[in-house]
Amino acid sequence: MPDDNVTIVVFSGELDKALAAFNIANTAAAMGMNVSMFFTFWGLGVIKKGGIERGGKSFMQWMMGLMDRGGASHLKLSKMNMMGAGTRTMKSLMKKYRMPSLEEQIKLAKDQGVHFIACTTSMALMGLEEGDFIDEVDELAGAATYLGLASEGKVNLFI
Amino acid sequence: MNADQSIDCVGLYCPMPIVKTAQKMKELEPGQVLEVIADDKGIKTDMPAWAEKTGNEFLGIEEEGGEIKVYVRKK
Repeated sequence: MPDDNVTIVVFSGELDKALAAFNIANTAAAMGMNVSMFFTFWGLGVIKKGGIERGGKSFMQWMMGLMDRGGASHLKLSKMNMMGAGTRTMKSLMKKYRMPSLEEQIKLAKDQGVHFIACTTSMALMGLEEGDFIDEVDELAGAATYLGLASEGKVNLFI
Repeated sequence: MNADQSIDCVGLYCPMPIVKTAQKMKELEPGQVLEVIADDKGIKTDMPAWAEKTGNEFLGIEEEGGEIKVYVRKK
Protein backbone atom coordinates (compact mmCIF):
# COMPACT_ATOMS: atom_id res chain seq x y z
CA MET A 1 0.00 0.00 0.00
CA PRO A 2 1.51 3.36 -0.96
CA ASP A 3 0.11 5.16 2.10
CA ASP A 4 1.57 2.58 4.45
CA ASN A 5 4.94 4.29 4.78
CA VAL A 6 6.31 5.08 8.19
CA THR A 7 9.13 7.60 8.23
CA ILE A 8 11.22 8.49 11.24
CA VAL A 9 13.67 11.37 11.20
CA VAL A 10 16.33 10.45 13.73
CA PHE A 11 17.79 13.86 14.56
CA SER A 12 18.98 13.06 18.10
CA GLY A 13 22.08 11.15 18.99
CA GLU A 14 21.14 10.10 22.51
CA LEU A 15 20.61 6.52 23.61
CA ASP A 16 17.09 6.96 25.00
CA LYS A 17 15.80 8.78 21.93
CA ALA A 18 17.42 6.28 19.57
CA LEU A 19 15.79 3.43 21.52
CA ALA A 20 12.38 5.09 21.18
CA ALA A 21 12.91 5.51 17.43
CA PHE A 22 13.92 1.88 16.93
CA ASN A 23 11.14 0.61 19.18
CA ILE A 24 8.56 2.25 16.91
CA ALA A 25 10.42 1.25 13.75
CA ASN A 26 10.54 -2.40 14.78
CA THR A 27 6.89 -2.48 15.81
CA ALA A 28 5.79 -0.80 12.57
CA ALA A 29 7.84 -3.28 10.53
CA ALA A 30 6.21 -6.14 12.46
CA MET A 31 2.84 -4.61 11.52
CA GLY A 32 3.77 -4.98 7.87
CA MET A 33 4.43 -1.29 7.29
CA ASN A 34 7.18 0.06 5.04
CA VAL A 35 9.58 1.79 7.43
CA SER A 36 12.31 4.29 6.56
CA MET A 37 14.64 5.89 9.09
CA PHE A 38 16.30 9.11 7.99
CA PHE A 39 19.39 9.80 10.11
CA THR A 40 20.41 13.44 10.21
CA PHE A 41 22.54 15.78 12.33
CA TRP A 42 23.28 14.20 15.75
CA GLY A 43 21.27 11.19 14.63
CA LEU A 44 24.18 10.21 12.38
CA GLY A 45 25.96 9.22 15.60
CA VAL A 46 23.51 6.32 15.96
CA ILE A 47 24.71 4.73 12.71
CA LYS A 48 28.39 5.66 13.04
CA LYS A 49 30.86 2.86 13.59
CA GLY A 50 32.38 4.91 16.39
CA GLY A 51 35.88 5.08 14.97
CA ILE A 52 38.27 7.93 15.76
CA GLU A 53 40.37 7.98 12.57
CA ARG A 54 40.72 11.35 10.87
CA GLY A 55 39.90 10.28 7.29
CA GLY A 56 39.08 13.27 5.11
CA LYS A 57 37.87 15.40 8.02
CA SER A 58 39.09 18.93 8.65
CA PHE A 59 40.70 19.54 12.05
CA MET A 60 37.44 20.99 13.45
CA GLN A 61 35.38 18.11 12.13
CA TRP A 62 37.85 15.60 13.55
CA MET A 63 37.77 17.27 16.98
CA MET A 64 33.97 17.29 16.90
CA GLY A 65 34.00 13.58 16.09
CA LEU A 66 36.40 12.90 18.95
CA MET A 67 34.21 14.78 21.44
CA ASP A 68 31.07 13.06 20.20
CA ARG A 69 32.33 9.77 18.95
CA GLY A 70 29.02 8.13 18.19
CA GLY A 71 28.40 4.45 17.57
CA ALA A 72 25.38 2.70 19.07
CA SER A 73 27.37 1.34 22.02
CA HIS A 74 28.79 4.76 22.93
CA LEU A 75 25.56 6.79 23.08
CA LYS A 76 24.57 8.48 26.32
CA LEU A 77 21.23 9.13 27.96
CA SER A 78 19.70 12.57 27.34
CA LYS A 79 19.08 12.87 31.10
CA MET A 80 20.90 11.51 34.13
CA ASN A 81 24.00 10.44 32.24
CA MET A 82 26.10 11.33 35.31
CA MET A 83 29.48 10.86 33.59
CA GLY A 84 28.28 7.55 32.20
CA ALA A 85 27.06 6.05 35.49
CA GLY A 86 23.40 6.70 34.63
CA THR A 87 23.79 5.22 31.17
CA ARG A 88 25.48 2.13 32.58
CA THR A 89 22.68 1.73 35.12
CA MET A 90 20.02 2.06 32.42
CA LYS A 91 21.78 -0.53 30.26
CA SER A 92 21.97 -3.00 33.14
CA LEU A 93 18.27 -2.42 33.94
CA MET A 94 17.39 -3.10 30.31
CA LYS A 95 19.37 -6.32 30.47
CA LYS A 96 17.63 -7.33 33.70
CA TYR A 97 14.21 -6.82 32.09
CA ARG A 98 15.37 -8.61 28.92
CA MET A 99 14.83 -5.54 26.76
CA PRO A 100 16.85 -5.55 23.54
CA SER A 101 19.89 -3.26 23.48
CA LEU A 102 20.15 -0.55 20.84
CA GLU A 103 22.63 -2.69 18.89
CA GLU A 104 20.16 -5.60 18.94
CA GLN A 105 17.31 -3.31 17.87
CA ILE A 106 19.36 -2.02 14.93
CA LYS A 107 20.04 -5.59 13.78
CA LEU A 108 16.38 -6.53 14.29
CA ALA A 109 15.25 -3.51 12.26
CA LYS A 110 17.53 -4.53 9.42
CA ASP A 111 16.29 -8.13 9.57
CA GLN A 112 12.73 -6.80 9.35
CA GLY A 113 13.52 -4.77 6.24
CA VAL A 114 13.67 -1.27 7.76
CA HIS A 115 15.32 1.14 5.31
CA PHE A 116 18.26 3.19 6.68
CA ILE A 117 19.02 6.52 5.02
CA ALA A 118 21.90 8.84 5.98
CA CYS A 119 21.55 12.58 5.28
CA THR A 120 24.30 13.73 2.93
CA THR A 121 24.20 17.38 4.05
CA SER A 122 24.88 16.45 7.67
CA MET A 123 27.58 14.06 6.48
CA ALA A 124 29.34 16.91 4.66
CA LEU A 125 29.03 19.18 7.68
CA MET A 126 30.60 16.59 9.95
CA GLY A 127 33.12 15.31 7.43
CA LEU A 128 31.63 11.83 7.41
CA GLU A 129 31.87 9.34 4.58
CA GLU A 130 29.92 6.20 3.77
CA GLY A 131 32.69 4.11 5.30
CA ASP A 132 32.16 5.81 8.69
CA PHE A 133 28.74 4.12 8.98
CA ILE A 134 27.64 0.63 9.87
CA ASP A 135 26.81 -1.71 6.97
CA GLU A 136 23.07 -1.47 7.71
CA VAL A 137 22.88 1.92 5.97
CA ASP A 138 21.17 1.40 2.59
CA GLU A 139 21.19 4.84 1.05
CA LEU A 140 22.69 8.32 1.22
CA ALA A 141 20.14 10.99 0.39
CA GLY A 142 18.67 14.41 1.08
CA ALA A 143 15.45 15.97 2.31
CA ALA A 144 13.59 15.44 -0.99
CA THR A 145 13.98 11.68 -0.59
CA TYR A 146 12.60 11.93 2.94
CA LEU A 147 9.66 14.09 1.83
CA GLY A 148 8.88 11.77 -1.06
CA LEU A 149 8.52 8.89 1.39
CA ALA A 150 6.77 10.98 4.05
CA SER A 151 4.17 12.36 1.65
CA GLU A 152 3.08 8.77 1.01
CA GLY A 153 2.83 7.94 4.69
CA LYS A 154 0.50 8.77 7.53
CA VAL A 155 3.04 8.16 10.27
CA ASN A 156 5.97 10.57 10.08
CA LEU A 157 7.99 11.17 13.21
CA PHE A 158 10.83 13.46 14.21
CA ILE A 159 12.88 12.16 17.10
CA MET B 1 -8.58 -22.20 23.44
CA ASN B 2 -6.82 -24.63 21.13
CA ALA B 3 -3.89 -23.36 19.10
CA ASP B 4 -1.72 -24.85 16.39
CA GLN B 5 1.41 -23.13 17.62
CA SER B 6 2.45 -21.25 20.73
CA ILE B 7 5.18 -18.77 21.61
CA ASP B 8 6.38 -17.81 25.06
CA CYS B 9 6.88 -14.06 25.49
CA VAL B 10 6.79 -14.06 29.30
CA GLY B 11 9.24 -11.48 30.60
CA LEU B 12 9.44 -9.64 27.28
CA TYR B 13 8.35 -6.07 26.69
CA CYS B 14 7.40 -3.94 23.70
CA PRO B 15 8.34 -4.35 20.87
CA MET B 16 9.40 -7.99 21.31
CA PRO B 17 6.02 -9.81 21.75
CA ILE B 18 4.67 -8.15 18.58
CA VAL B 19 7.89 -8.69 16.63
CA LYS B 20 8.00 -12.37 17.68
CA THR B 21 4.32 -12.78 16.80
CA ALA B 22 4.92 -11.35 13.31
CA GLN B 23 7.93 -13.64 12.81
CA LYS B 24 6.09 -16.75 14.03
CA MET B 25 3.01 -16.03 11.91
CA LYS B 26 5.14 -16.43 8.79
CA GLU B 27 5.55 -20.12 9.67
CA LEU B 28 1.80 -20.75 10.05
CA GLU B 29 -0.61 -21.84 7.33
CA PRO B 30 -3.69 -19.67 6.65
CA GLY B 31 -6.45 -20.54 9.12
CA GLN B 32 -4.08 -21.78 11.82
CA VAL B 33 -4.18 -20.27 15.29
CA LEU B 34 -1.21 -18.86 17.20
CA GLU B 35 -1.16 -18.60 20.98
CA VAL B 36 1.06 -15.91 22.48
CA ILE B 37 1.79 -16.19 26.19
CA ALA B 38 2.94 -12.95 27.76
CA ASP B 39 2.89 -11.00 30.99
CA ASP B 40 3.29 -7.42 29.74
CA LYS B 41 -0.20 -5.92 29.96
CA GLY B 42 0.40 -3.84 26.83
CA ILE B 43 -0.23 -6.92 24.73
CA LYS B 44 -3.94 -6.79 25.54
CA THR B 45 -4.37 -3.70 23.38
CA ASP B 46 -1.32 -4.15 21.14
CA MET B 47 -2.32 -7.53 19.75
CA PRO B 48 -5.80 -6.46 18.54
CA ALA B 49 -4.13 -3.41 16.94
CA TRP B 50 -1.51 -5.60 15.26
CA ALA B 51 -4.17 -8.03 14.00
CA GLU B 52 -6.36 -5.22 12.65
CA LYS B 53 -3.42 -3.67 10.81
CA THR B 54 -2.08 -6.91 9.37
CA GLY B 55 -5.50 -8.35 8.47
CA ASN B 56 -5.18 -11.34 10.79
CA GLU B 57 -8.08 -12.31 13.06
CA PHE B 58 -7.84 -11.52 16.76
CA LEU B 59 -9.68 -14.31 18.60
CA GLY B 60 -9.46 -13.30 22.23
CA ILE B 61 -7.60 -13.17 25.51
CA GLU B 62 -7.41 -15.61 28.42
CA GLU B 63 -5.91 -14.41 31.69
CA GLU B 64 -4.69 -16.62 34.51
CA GLY B 65 -2.86 -15.03 37.40
CA GLY B 66 -0.29 -12.75 35.80
CA GLU B 67 -0.22 -14.77 32.62
CA ILE B 68 -1.95 -13.41 29.53
CA LYS B 69 -2.71 -15.71 26.62
CA VAL B 70 -3.79 -14.10 23.37
CA TYR B 71 -4.97 -15.90 20.26
CA VAL B 72 -4.76 -14.84 16.63
CA ARG B 73 -5.79 -16.67 13.48
CA LYS B 74 -3.70 -16.28 10.34
CA LYS B 75 -5.66 -14.84 7.43
